[in-house]
Amino acid sequence: MVDKIKNDAVEALAGLLKDGMTIMAGGFGLCGIPENLIAAIRETGVKDLTVVSNNCGVDGFGLGILLEARQIKKMISSYVGENKLFEQLYLSGELELEFNPQGTLAERIRAGGAGIPAFFTRTGYGTLVAEGKETREFDGEMYVMERGLTADLAIVKAWKGDAEGNLIYRKTARNFNPMMATAGKATVVEVEELVEIGALDKDAIHTPGIYVDRIIKGAKFEKRIERVTTRQKETA
Amino acid sequence: MAWTRDEMAARAAKELQDGFYVNLGIGIPTLVANYIPEGMHVTLQSENGMLGMGPFPYEGEEDADLINAGKQTITELDSSSYFSSADSFAMIRGGHIALSILGGMQVSESGDLANWMVPGKMVKGMGGAMDLVAGVKRVVVVMDHCEKSGAPKLLKQCSLPLTGAGVVDLLITELGVFEINRGKTPVKLIELAPGVTSDEVKSKTEAAFEVAV
Repeated sequence: MVDKIKNDAVEALAGLLKDGMTIMAGGFGLCGIPENLIAAIRETGVKDLTVVSNNCGVDGFGLGILLEARQIKKMISSYVGENKLFEQLYLSGELELEFNPQGTLAERIRAGGAGIPAFFTRTGYGTLVAEGKETREFDGEMYVMERGLTADLAIVKAWKGDAEGNLIYRKTARNFNPMMATAGKATVVEVEELVEIGALDKDAIHTPGIYVDRIIKGAKFEKRIERVTTRQKETA
Repeated sequence: MAWTRDEMAARAAKELQDGFYVNLGIGIPTLVANYIPEGMHVTLQSENGMLGMGPFPYEGEEDADLINAGKQTITELDSSSYFSSADSFAMIRGGHIALSILGGMQVSESGDLANWMVPGKMVKGMGGAMDLVAGVKRVVVVMDHCEKSGAPKLLKQCSLPLTGAGVVDLLITELGVFEINRGKTPVKLIELAPGVTSDEVKSKTEAAFEVAV
């Protein structure tokens, strides 16, 4: 039996990394990012990466640490406003950037994982995003053709997982993780809790294990919050 | 007296209807949640993957796994549900969201919206805005009437890269409310903030509009 469980992030990535590869990284902002796997990628020094992720972390955390180490050649993202270094590297020409509308990015990854090479969306018609792309009319509306997207490696963060690779995500930390799990030639997952086979409710599994090649229990989860926003308790 | 940010949000809240599923953008649109009329049931969608957003948490009860699309900590309601970003944008693109209220940098008389990029200056990205304006049934823009320099933002044509072409239904600024109707009919000024005259609005607007207050 193939053992999907690895001891740590370094072992989980062994043999999967090479310069110039494309990596998908789950998460929205700092929520639901595979922080242990990102840190391990930084340690290997692998470079010229194309990284597909909705955002690029912040200065000093998440994908931001791969930017600092100049390991990323190109980002495919929808929003990068939280990262000063990103803006500097982009404006100085050291970093390539492809902006995708968030829904188009999510659907490109879903399509890629589902074997669909292209689809049509109204999103972006008449904007810069549609430049150079095929457009077509359906039922009197104009649509833009977008391509399915896959990667050499997908790194994913889930809440709970088992040895089969079955995964459950928690709250809004799900975001891009389930689609990315389907779209990597290899998919490596870090979970907060690695549970016994049979412990997960089979009707509640978000990602079936078929998509998962390797799984680890993350050594530590910092789970930083970008914008702590609270309200006052009403005083009686 | 021009409307304050909160008064603009309160005006935008008048676009809500009982039973609506609504997406609120960052900034003044977020404040609209504070003005949902008593007794009206409105479900707030957060495009990172949640329906039924609750209020901000009490201090010490923040959950790193529970944020809104502005990356702020939030809470869940008994009626909430979570889903992936692909499901979230299927809802948006598929026309299942009734109303999107979002900010703007420029709006044109043909209903175009620009709100994601200033070439050479600001490279933040469009996030979910392009999908929202392309897929949501009714799009309301809330923005300052002019730039800090005094330059108008309701224009004949947007000079900034577009978020969507012919997508804006209604525009609310601190001076008044404009029916844009996705550019299908001439722009109409339909409400004025207290003490603001249509002449003042005209002097601060490049787009042509009819006065119908």
